[in-house]
Amino acid sequence: MTCPGKTIIVVLAALSLAACTNPDRFADGSGLGAGGAGLSGAASDPASPAYFEEAVGDRVLFAVDQSTLSPQAQATLDAQARWLMENRDFTATVEGHADEQGTREYNLALGARRASAVEEYLVSRGVAANRLRTVSYGKERPIELCSEEACYAKNRRAVTVLAAGPTS
Amino acid sequence: MMRFFLSLLAACALWAMPAAAQQDSGPLRLEITEGVIEPMPFAVPDLVADTPRAQDFARRLARVIAADLSGTGLFREIPAQAHIGRITSFDSPVQFADWRAINAQALVTGAVRLDGAGRLVVRFRIHDVFAGQELGRGQQLVGEPDGWRRIAHKVADQVYSRITGEGGYFDSRVVFVEESGPKDRRAKRLAIMDYDGANLRYLTDASTIVLAPRFSPTGDRVLYTSYETGFPRIYLLDVADVGRRVLPTTDGTMSFAPRFSPDGRTVVYSLTQGGNTDLYTMDIASGRSTRLTSAPSIETAPSFSPDGSRIVFESDRSGSPQLYIMEARGGDAQRISFGQGRYGTPVWSPRGDLVAFTKQSKGRFHIGVMRTDGSEERLLTASFLDEGPTWAPNGRVIMFTRETRGERGEARLYTVDISGRNLRQVATGGGASDPSWGPLQE
Repeated sequence: MTCPGKTIIVVLAALSLAACTNPDRFADGSGLGAGGAGLSGAASDPASPAYFEEAVGDRVLFAVDQSTLSPQAQATLDAQARWLMENRDFTATVEGHADEQGTREYNLALGARRASAVEEYLVSRGVAANRLRTVSYGKERPIELCSEEACYAKNRRAVTVLAAGPTS
Repeated sequence: MMRFFLSLLAACALWAMPAAAQQDSGPLRLEITEGVIEPMPFAVPDLVADTPRAQDFARRLARVIAADLSGTGLFREIPAQAHIGRITSFDSPVQFADWRAINAQALVTGAVRLDGAGRLVVRFRIHDVFAGQELGRGQQLVGEPDGWRRIAHKVADQVYSRITGEGGYFDSRVVFVEESGPKDRRAKRLAIMDYDGANLRYLTDASTIVLAPRFSPTGDRVLYTSYETGFPRIYLLDVADVGRRVLPTTDGTMSFAPRFSPDGRTVVYSLTQGGNTDLYTMDIASGRSTRLTSAPSIETAPSFSPDGSRIVFESDRSGSPQLYIMEARGGDAQRISFGQGRYGTPVWSPRGDLVAFTKQSKGRFHIGVMRTDGSEERLLTASFLDEGPTWAPNGRVIMFTRETRGERGEARLYTVDISGRNLRQVATGGGASDPSWGPLQE
């Protein structure tokens, strides 16, 4: 109870400092973790990842516990598919997420369902399956932090994150 | 260093007593199952010591012994200022009248010295004050001075188990996820600590997300999920040297939610392929996996029964997450949760009679227990977000994660008795989640 002491406090302080100066903690080489925008390009250039994120729309949202795609989500994914067909130098990882209402492991599986629903839809619209991968972050990476439905609705998402070059 | 740490109490030996009153179970008895309302008053005067260095240990040992016992909620310490009697010699008869006068029902006396090899030698006796006799035999524990807290925990475990008749749990460790940073960029790393939060040590760095570690049955290895490759994969970590390896997996899949079988040779886990999550087992030595479930629903959060014959798990095959039990080889599963709400993270109790779980109902989260046939459901806690129970080695106490709501929401570890009493926060210092309570140490 008294043991952790000074050294640990120092270590924690150093850690939070590191977390502030180095937001990219995903050492997967692509530099595109959890919805981050790592690739450059102006949103005015229709072939740029910035255009994909902002004009096309890089994410779709889901109802509580659901992985079915709403008509609005399908329209977004139709546009994503067209963009991916026209910009064949890019591959994409579909990241599935859940809100914080649920247990950690169930939410991992739920996020995987959502990512997979998006991947399957994109493939059905003509995107080559070998250009896509999926990953789930469950409830580990919320973008909205409040504990209200307004935030939860935005956290129940699947984000199509672009990368240059072929999938490994 | 850990090897040394684990073996430091190997020299633990029974210490022969003079032929005074010796009984294995005296009249001093606390029946926990009956529901204790009034904690039993006890006294732990500083241990007797003859050098300044030994006196320092004597004080610290007494404090940890007392904290262990008080922390159960079953005992109440009578502070030193209230003591009338003084223990100045370990071998002189105890003046029980002095301790009766302050209503101490249990008295722990001890002596500590440093031997020629620099080791800490601790002797102790437990007394039933009102019967005026010893409770069981005196004992001697020998260890390196570094391990003094473990010696104190072992003494407290003896007191607890001789008075309650239950196994102890103080000399145990917890592996968990230490959390820091804001909610949307939370840094996580594996850490290990004593059950009371002392002796914190990190097992991984915070460079990637790590989730839900689980101790092996002997506490020497840890299974956990890490995003080290960018995708969730299961890792096996050696606690002593912190060496780790990824378990074999198919590319394009996610694997997570690993738990050991009781013999430590098999891992049961979830594997996601094409968006569908099912349960598998893997033989650790060969790396060969066997599929246990084959359903379009989510199957996750598995936990072996203590005899290894069955697995309890979470599935949403009925439309919402519920608890099911199947044979360890797979096959048909019986649903055991039928209350209102969603059930998850079932964990089989060490005694085999209960399943602890997380329940989500009417916007609240609960930790609860039920019998393995689903009967006698009892909710032990309620909050904005409680999840992930883990059992103390004796099956009397549950540790879990409690997260507060909102933008500044943080996770902390708590313990609660399976009676639902004695809710306490564990002293982790900072954010903490996903505890796994290890076995009582040798």
